[in-house]
Amino acid sequence: MDAIEVEGLKRRYAGRATAGRRTGATGQGFEAVRDVSFSVREGEIFALLGTNGAGKTSTVEVLEGLARPSAGTVRVLGFDPYGERGFVRPRTGVMLQEGGFPSELTVAETATMWAGVTSEARPPQEALEIVGLGGRAGVRVKQLSGGERRRLDLALALTGRPEVLFLDEPTTGMDPEGRRDTAELVRNLRAEGTTVLLTTHYLEEAEQLADRLAIMQAGRIVASGTPEQVVAERPSRITFRLPRDVLPERLPLNVPAAVDGRTVAVRTHELQWALTELLVWARESGIVLEGLQARSASLEEAFLEIAEAGNRPESGPDRPGPGTGPGTGTGTGAGVGKGTGTTTGAGTGAGARTGVRA
Amino acid sequence: MSGTTTTAPAGKPVRNTRAAAWRGLSARRVRALARAELTLLVRNRSALFIALLLPTVMAFSLKSTADQADLSGTGLSVGTTVLPGAVGMVLLFAVYSNLVGVYVGRREELVLKRLRTGEADDLEILGAAALPSVTIGIVQSVLLLTGGAVLLDVGAPPRPDLLAAGLLLGMLLMATLAAASSAFTRTTELAQLTPMPLMLATFAGSGLFIPLEIYPDRLAEFCRWLPMTPVMDLLRSGWTEQLSGPETLRALAVAVAWTALGGYAVRKRFRWEPRR
Repeated sequence: MDAIEVEGLKRRYAGRATAGRRTGATGQGFEAVRDVSFSVREGEIFALLGTNGAGKTSTVEVLEGLARPSAGTVRVLGFDPYGERGFVRPRTGVMLQEGGFPSELTVAETATMWAGVTSEARPPQEALEIVGLGGRAGVRVKQLSGGERRRLDLALALTGRPEVLFLDEPTTGMDPEGRRDTAELVRNLRAEGTTVLLTTHYLEEAEQLADRLAIMQAGRIVASGTPEQVVAERPSRITFRLPRDVLPERLPLNVPAAVDGRTVAVRTHELQWALTELLVWARESGIVLEGLQARSASLEEAFLEIAEAGNRPESGPDRPGPGTGPGTGTGTGAGVGKGTGTTTGAGTGAGARTGVRA
Repeated sequence: MSGTTTTAPAGKPVRNTRAAAWRGLSARRVRALARAELTLLVRNRSALFIALLLPTVMAFSLKSTADQADLSGTGLSVGTTVLPGAVGMVLLFAVYSNLVGVYVGRREELVLKRLRTGEADDLEILGAAALPSVTIGIVQSVLLLTGGAVLLDVGAPPRPDLLAAGLLLGMLLMATLAAASSAFTRTTELAQLTPMPLMLATFAGSGLFIPLEIYPDRLAEFCRWLPMTPVMDLLRSGWTEQLSGPETLRALAVAVAWTALGGYAVRKRFRWEPRR
């Protein structure tokens, strides 16, 4: 059985302006989550990524049982987290995106209160030690730094030794050390069999931690899989600056290159081949490529590409960002460069997009 | 990633025994929450001041009003006006007004939302938040009644059952109406304001300052349906025995009805997190 199952989830908020009044059957509202499905296996770390407003927290809140879905079904450990709350809560731990502590209580008082509402709770001091807050037990919550508050939040989430842990932006506001500690803690929890669903803004964190992930955009999942799978669908990137007297037309590449003044950016699924061709051409032409960089696709790039596509005004909500596979191959034509002969010239992504948009 | 396994029916055997451990309301959870709430009340100086001192101060002002009022023909004395009035002040200031602030404050700090991610039941969360104020209010009422009875030379109440019924129903009613009022209070600043309508209505229409007997009949009859009137009538009857059997039942019914109405409003309208 999967620890978390989400099927066709939708979540709609009542229109903000009319929140107090009864809206008619045609109430406008705002659909924050539009038909989201995914599942998280037991003992897996699953990351939910997306820009602000993509619907991550709205999704997670339904899984935490704080809100009822507008449509679709959600199961946590086989139960409905909203309707069968009493069965789910003792087995889940939740770290909300922000706050939720009375500012006038001390750290220890807060942890004690939480242990008091949790079955089979760890001793409060133990929970605080786990997250490195043991020495701050006597401090009022209002005097904690942002990162320390996140640690306290994490301590509470771990108090009940949960089987399923929800972490909504656990490391936001933490310093690098705190982020590293948290990542290590999450890995240890997985080793003990805990299922973790986390949202995060730090993509390298997701790349390192997550067994699988999903990227959300405007209430929908637009990419999902293991980090490797999500990244593999994305082109690598080569960037450099041409000397003033070399026109971009002379470039040997039969892959699309975006030229901005002297700066050239090449996107390719065949990084090694494209780079070889470029470098051989440069050597034979005696050209120096300034600021040369070649980068394999990273999750960050995949993410940014999806986010950019979502921000483009003409991209309607029903169009889930850029196509993933290699595009329909309208490269600029046969290789111009000398030598490299008959390589098959894998035409790549970006060319296709201009065609689609036009 | 369509790992869509068919869901097992909800009644399937539970692998983990902890799930079965959840049974109804838990005194342990209420105690933990109420303890934290008491700590917060003690640390909130202005709330503590209002809760502890204001009812006593108001009781004195009640006495000076009662001293000047013509109570002849109402069956009331200064003592039997002031003592129930003092309890009314405790109910309004130490419990009702204070709890509106508590519920709104916890909501705006996202404490209520956080608590709901845990095992505590909704009723436990709301009840535990009210418990310290209600307990303090009951102790305060008993002290005021005892002290006042000695100072004003009022004997022991012949109907302590009515007095106790009024006190306890009043506490329940005030806590419920406070939770309901918090739903209509957007910010902690407004929490000073939203209790005003009920407080003013109680001052004027529930016999707190002015006995209803002085009012014209039709106005007095209308006032009998206000939320706090039955509570005040029950409290007063502890000494005066002014309520007949049917009138006592009616007072109980009206107080319970208002509590139920408040409970319904809480169910329907209570907000567990701030509007954003």
